[in-house]
Amino acid sequence: MPLPFLTRRIALGALLAAPSTRAAEATTLLNVSYDPTRELYRDINKAFIAAWTAKTHEALTINQSHGGSGAQARAVLDGLQADVVTLALAADIDALAKRGLLGSDWQTRLPDNAAPYTSTIVFVVRQGNPKQIHDWPDLLKPGVQVITPNPKTSGGARWNFLAALAWAKRQPGATDASVESFIQALFRQVPVLDTGARGATTSFAQRGLGDVLLAWENEAFLVRKEFGETDFAIVLPSVSVLAEPPVAVVDRVVDKRGTRQVAEAYLRFLYTPEAQEIAARNFYRPRDPAVAARYASVFPALTLATIQDFGGWDKAQPAYFADGGLFDRIYAPGK
Amino acid sequence: MTRSALPGFGLTLGVTVTWLSLIVLLPLAALALRPWELGIAGVWQSVTEPRVLAALRLSFGAAALAAAVNVPLGLLIAWVMVRYRFPGRSLADALIDIPLALPTAVAGISLTALFAPKGWLGAWLAPIGIQVAYTPLGILVALIFVGLPFVVRTLEPVILDLPADAEEAAAVLGATRPQTLCRIVLPALAPALLGGFGAAFARGVGEYGSVIFIAGNRPMVSEIAPLLIVIRLEQLNYAGAAALGLVMLVVSFGLLLGLNRLHRRAA
Repeated sequence: MPLPFLTRRIALGALLAAPSTRAAEATTLLNVSYDPTRELYRDINKAFIAAWTAKTHEALTINQSHGGSGAQARAVLDGLQADVVTLALAADIDALAKRGLLGSDWQTRLPDNAAPYTSTIVFVVRQGNPKQIHDWPDLLKPGVQVITPNPKTSGGARWNFLAALAWAKRQPGATDASVESFIQALFRQVPVLDTGARGATTSFAQRGLGDVLLAWENEAFLVRKEFGETDFAIVLPSVSVLAEPPVAVVDRVVDKRGTRQVAEAYLRFLYTPEAQEIAARNFYRPRDPAVAARYASVFPALTLATIQDFGGWDKAQPAYFADGGLFDRIYAPGK
Repeated sequence: MTRSALPGFGLTLGVTVTWLSLIVLLPLAALALRPWELGIAGVWQSVTEPRVLAALRLSFGAAALAAAVNVPLGLLIAWVMVRYRFPGRSLADALIDIPLALPTAVAGISLTALFAPKGWLGAWLAPIGIQVAYTPLGILVALIFVGLPFVVRTLEPVILDLPADAEEAAAVLGATRPQTLCRIVLPALAPALLGGFGAAFARGVGEYGSVIFIAGNRPMVSEIAPLLIVIRLEQLNYAGAAALGLVMLVVSFGLLLGLNRLHRRAA
């Protein structure tokens, strides 16, 4: 979402994302990514280009494109020539694999389920936590407004939704009905459903809407960095979800453009200590144990559900987010 | 066959038909063909879900209401712009077209910033219990904003052409000013008012960019039909999106056709 407070960066992103000119001398790569990774890949690209040029003496340009994860996947499906995709959910890359743009084994081609960094879902509250929000049940208190984007259009919102589900499922005596009624009560507290994570952040931080923002951990840190450490606080819920934003080379595009070698090197670079350090600095949880140890104070250990606890995306997507899924049902009239 | 007195009929009609087909009909045909992979029952089901019906009601209802608000206000503005000369008139004249030129997303973000509970206007409205941003009222505000120039620009040339002697004759024959307005001026403007309403309405029904930021986008409450189309596209449900697009197309076409009929009768 092109929104004011990050406009400078977004303008830069848009510039970088402009249709790649295939200059004869420089190889170009297009990285199609999701909403909050602008800053991360700007830093990663700089580091990778330096490393690549030092090794091969070839000029390299990396273009970035950002947007809602689902919208980005659709753009690639409709012909956007992405050499690599770095999206918010495996389900979005699965959708590309199902339509033959890359092999269905993409998630085993790289370590750690092809997710070089992870994140989780946390709460952002206003200064002094006036509504005393400490865990999921506090979100249902009367008068508390919860800000989350729309799970239909935002990958981050789907992780928010799953984190809430994970908490509800772990309550003693939880049943399908109790889980559903928790989710329904939660979304009754939501006054606005923005289409993307950045939009929700802006509604909360800049427009002053709501008491608590459900956000990517990296986005939560960014809110504090951009809007002042004192105005916002991060609250860690007792249960959250391990979000694994995966990366993949788009076979059909790299084979056509002859960029497979550099595209694969680019993704492997994400696992190097250097890139892991960059990821951690941009508030993504690194996989590399040594780097993770250095940032242990930034990223406290949390009880995290994984997508496997929900039967994988193949089951979670239709059960919760597709037409007629749980998210649709909680908004059905008469409920 | 008698030849038309006007030259070039064959050529101009040929260009008209070809151009309309290429620019308008071809994409519409593609849209009309797409949904049927769902089957007739599937299409029917996908456009009669309660959530879809609520979104359609909101989109068409808000567009009609916004157009209805714009008609009297647009008439007033057009009247002032045509009939009076005042300092800053050309500036005001240029301002009217701004909603046409401004990217709709910019309009939406500006209106949201203005009407959000912390915004300049929102901060005044919140204490008296009026919330504009993130409610259907916000949608109405956005649609009034984007629709205004359509009414003003439709009316201006017609007001300019109003024969002053009719008004003078009415005055000479002893009509009061309200009588002149109701009996002489407004009937003459009726077709243009209808035309302006139709244009503002059509713009409002399809509006996405400005509305999406201020609407709140909650299902059943403040979710517009174009957003549902986008949501379906993002779920790779192309047929469902096309089905909804087709419904909007058919309803809009029907309404505009009806308006044009009325327009012609009034003229």
